[in-house]
This record gives sequence, structure tokens and C-alpha cells, in this order.
Amino acid sequence: MIAVINGRRCKLDVHPMKRLLDVLREDCGLTGTKEGCGEGECGACTVLVDGVAVDACLVPAAHADGCAIVTIEGAGRVRAGKALQEAFVKHGGAQCGICTPGMILAAMPVRAGASLEEIKTALAGNLCRCTGYLSIFRSVQAGLKTRPKKKRARANAR
Amino acid sequence: MPTPVSALSLQRPRTLTAALAMLADDPTLTPIAGCTDVFVNLHFGTLENRRFVDLWGLDELRGIRAGASGASRASIRIGALATYTDIIRSPLVQRRVPMLVAAAREVGGAQIQNRGTLGGNIANASPAGDTLPVLAAAGARVVLRSAKGERTVPFNGFYTGYRTSVRQPAELITAVEIPPIEGRQWWRKVGTRRAQAISKVMMAGVRGRTVRVAIGSVAPTVVQATAAAEVLTKGGSIADAQTALRSEITPIDDIRSTGEYRLRVAENLLAAFWRETK
Ligand SMILES: Cc1cc2nc3c(=O)[nH]c(=O)nc-3n(C[C@H](O)[C@H](O)[C@H](O)COP(=O)(O)OP(=O)(O)OC[C@H]3O[C@@H](n4cnc5c(N)ncnc54)[C@H](O)[C@@H]3O)c2cc1C
Ligand code: FES
Ligand code: FES
Repeated sequence: MIAVINGRRCKLDVHPMKRLLDVLREDCGLTGTKEGCGEGECGACTVLVDGVAVDACLVPAAHADGCAIVTIEGAGRVRAGKALQEAFVKHGGAQCGICTPGMILAAMPVRAGASLEEIKTALAGNLCRCTGYLSIFRSVQAGLKTRPKKKRARANAR
Repeated sequence: MPTPVSALSLQRPRTLTAALAMLADDPTLTPIAGCTDVFVNLHFGTLENRRFVDLWGLDELRGIRAGASGASRASIRIGALATYTDIIRSPLVQRRVPMLVAAAREVGGAQIQNRGTLGGNIANASPAGDTLPVLAAAGARVVLRSAKGERTVPFNGFYTGYRTSVRQPAELITAVEIPPIEGRQWWRKVGTRRAQAISKVMMAGVRGRTVRVAIGSVAPTVVQATAAAEVLTKGGSIADAQTALRSEITPIDDIRSTGEYRLRVAENLLAAFWRETK
């Protein structure tokens, strides 16, 4: 499998049916991507594959072959991700932090200026056991506001 | 216990023709598309199949377009690999089958919508599959293809029982055709919460000169409420339609709901459909 992971070209010798989640954690050492449920319910394992938010626990390595992948380790290198990370710190969007990488990755493709309803829809596949969501929504709203105009287009691209 | 990955194999055809040849050679191969059902089953260790063939790269199965050939000129054709996100964003589907867009919006969350496919929802054949009542009420047709050729079957004759269908093991679903729909379309899903919830009951309705109603999660497969719809078509009262509905569905108790609850919800949905499409 060949993929560009967080901007770096990687050649990996992995089973095509191995979960992308395990490829990232075990073969790439990128343990920021969390496993909550392993069955698509919680969104803790959310990553971007070619700009699209997916649950890495439900993606076979074969489907990430030839793709550009962004995990939480790479989110801060994109301005949209950086703005969200800073907003989560500032607005208390993280408590235990297990859901946070997934929340941030799920929020990255959201368009700047999105309504609260749109944010809720984008994060509907992400569960948090700690915050009660309000501080997460606040963080995403703030993070989207500080997002620079130029980068919006790219974060929205599918 | 998750199924160990070392026990699995995956073939990756480059074309639909190659995929069909692999299936002709070995009809026990299991196709995979967005994997939102397959990987859940692998995680639970409940999938017996070990050998898979990958459809995800077959662009021939993607795409949503207005039908081009012969009698189906006026139909729209949705490729089996169309994801919920593709459906939600398609101006053609928004215009022609808004109830399918409404159903797609309520599937899982964004991550599931980005990967789950229409073909996978049909082939998975869960009684709780959200697109199924829509396809039933729309009078859709399923396009099946094997190495031997293509055939088109009415969606309403596709399922033969609980999780069984007329699809042969060596056949793939390649597309769904939806004819023009006359009348107002309506969709409603009742689940435990608004996202990531498996349906307790869902209903699709079309209110035109003839009324069509289809209900999911109330029987081993999606059912058309033909008796209730006929009462409404003939101008009968909603109470009479509800009585007719009661006689044609017998939902069961399971971990998500009781049969009696489902019956009441189905009746209420019928009334809501009628009220909201006035
Ligand atoms: C968290 C979560 C939430 C969900 N929420 C919903 C929901 O709200 N509503 C709902 O209806 N579903 C829901 N699902 C189930 C699932 O997402 C859908 O059924 C989806 O449409 C399956 O599509 P897929 O491409 O992922 O299928 P896959 O998992 O790839 O395949 C499913 C089955 O279909 C077969 N198959 C796939 N494509 C074809 C084809 N073209 N021809 C022949 N056979 C084929 C496969 O062999 C397999 O048996 C949810 C799943 C998860 C994990
Ligand atoms: S671990 Fe993937 S969705 Fe929960
Ligand atoms: S911060 Fe603990 S799960 Fe969300």
C-alpha cells in the first residue's frame, strides 16, 4: 500500500483487509487515532481520506491505497486543523481527550461560517462521554471563525 | 472476537468485467463496497466468509445520471457504489427523488454517509435498511449483472424472505433505476436518536393519483402497505387506512422495540404522511 500520510509518502507492506486504524497505529506509529468501538459508532477513529471524513475502523487498507490521509498528528500542519486545535484548547473542547482527534478531523471538512445545525450534523457520528457536547460545538464554531479564507476551499474539497 | 486479518483474502479487480469473471469462477467470494456492514461483522467475528472481492475501485459502478436507453429514458440511474453523500449532493436525485435524499441524510453520521453505498444497503438486505422503503415506494428496478449478462428486476420482487433475494451469488448489483414519480414524496424514520440509530420503523410515501406506502422494520423484508394505500387512493378516511394497515403488517418484538409499539408508530406515521402531504 502506498499512501501520502500527513504529507509524507509512505510505502507499507500490509494486508489489504487490515483496518486502516491498525495500519496507522501499528505500522505507522500514529497512535493519535483512537479506537473507541471498532464498529463505526463512536467516530474516535475518524481520519480524512482524500479530504473525506471516514471511520478508520471500517476502512480496509486497500481502500486507502493511493490516497492522501490526514490524522490528528498532521491536522496541525493544515491551518484549518491548527485553528480547530487551538479553539479546542481555549474553549475546553477536550476533557479526557479520547474523542478529540476524531472530533477535530470530523470538523475539518466543515465549511467556514457553517451554522450550529451544520456543525451538529457533521459531528453526529462522533460520541463524547465527557463534555456534554456544548463545549465541543463552541470550540468548532470558534475554530471555524478563525479559519483563514484561502484554506477553506481546500478543506471543503472532496 | 474480531476475525484475524491473516485468515482473510482480497481480490482487487480493475474492471467490472474482471470482477464478474472472478465471481463466475468462485461464486463464494463476497463483494465489498464501503465496508460499513462488512467490517462491523468482521469486528464481531460473525462473518463466515473469508474471501472477498473489492468493488470500491470500480468507477463503472459510480455515478448518478438520467437514464439514456429505450424505455428507461425517463428513469434516473444510480450506480451501486453511489454513497449516501453522493446521493445527498446530487441535484438530479434532489429534484427527482427527494425522499431518497431525506433517507440518506439520516443514515448513520457523516463518516458512514461518506462510505456506505446504495448497493450495499440493498445487498445487505437488513429489514432496517433505510433506503429500502424509498425504493419500494418509488417502484425502483435493480440492475443485476453476472459474467453471463445483465437483467433488471423490480425492487418490489427483489427480496424473497429474511435477508434473501433473487440475486444469484455470481451476480452483482450494478445500479438502481428509478422511474419518474408522480405525486408528493414523504419520508420519516423513527429511531432512538437522530443520528447513528438503527430504525425502529420507517415509512416512505408517495401521494399522487395512486398512493404508495412502504414500511421498513415491520417485517422480515420491506413491505408495501398496498391495502392502506388503496383506501387512501380511493378517498377513504385515514382511520380506515390505519385499520387496513393493521391487517397487513405484523411486526415482531426484538431488542429495539415491541411489535405493538411498531404497529402504533406505523399507524401514526401513516397519519403524519397524509397530514403533511395535503
Ligand atoms: C455506525 C453505523 C450506522 C449505520 N446506520 C445506518 C442507518 O442509519 N441506516 C441504514 O440503512 N444502514 C445503516 N448502517 C449500515 C450500512 O452503513 C449500510 O447498510 C450501507 O449502505 C452498506 O453499504 P456498504 O457499501 O458499506 O456495504 P458493505 O459493507 O461493503 O457490503 C454490505 C453487503 O452488501 C454486499 N454488497 C455490497 N455492494 C454490493 C454490490 N454492488 N453487489 C452485490 N453485493 C454487494 C456485500 O457483499 C455485503 O454482503 C450503519 C452502519 C454503521 C456501521
Ligand atoms: S472506533 Fe471507529 S467509530 Fe468507533
Ligand atoms: S473528552 Fe472524553 S470522550 Fe470526549
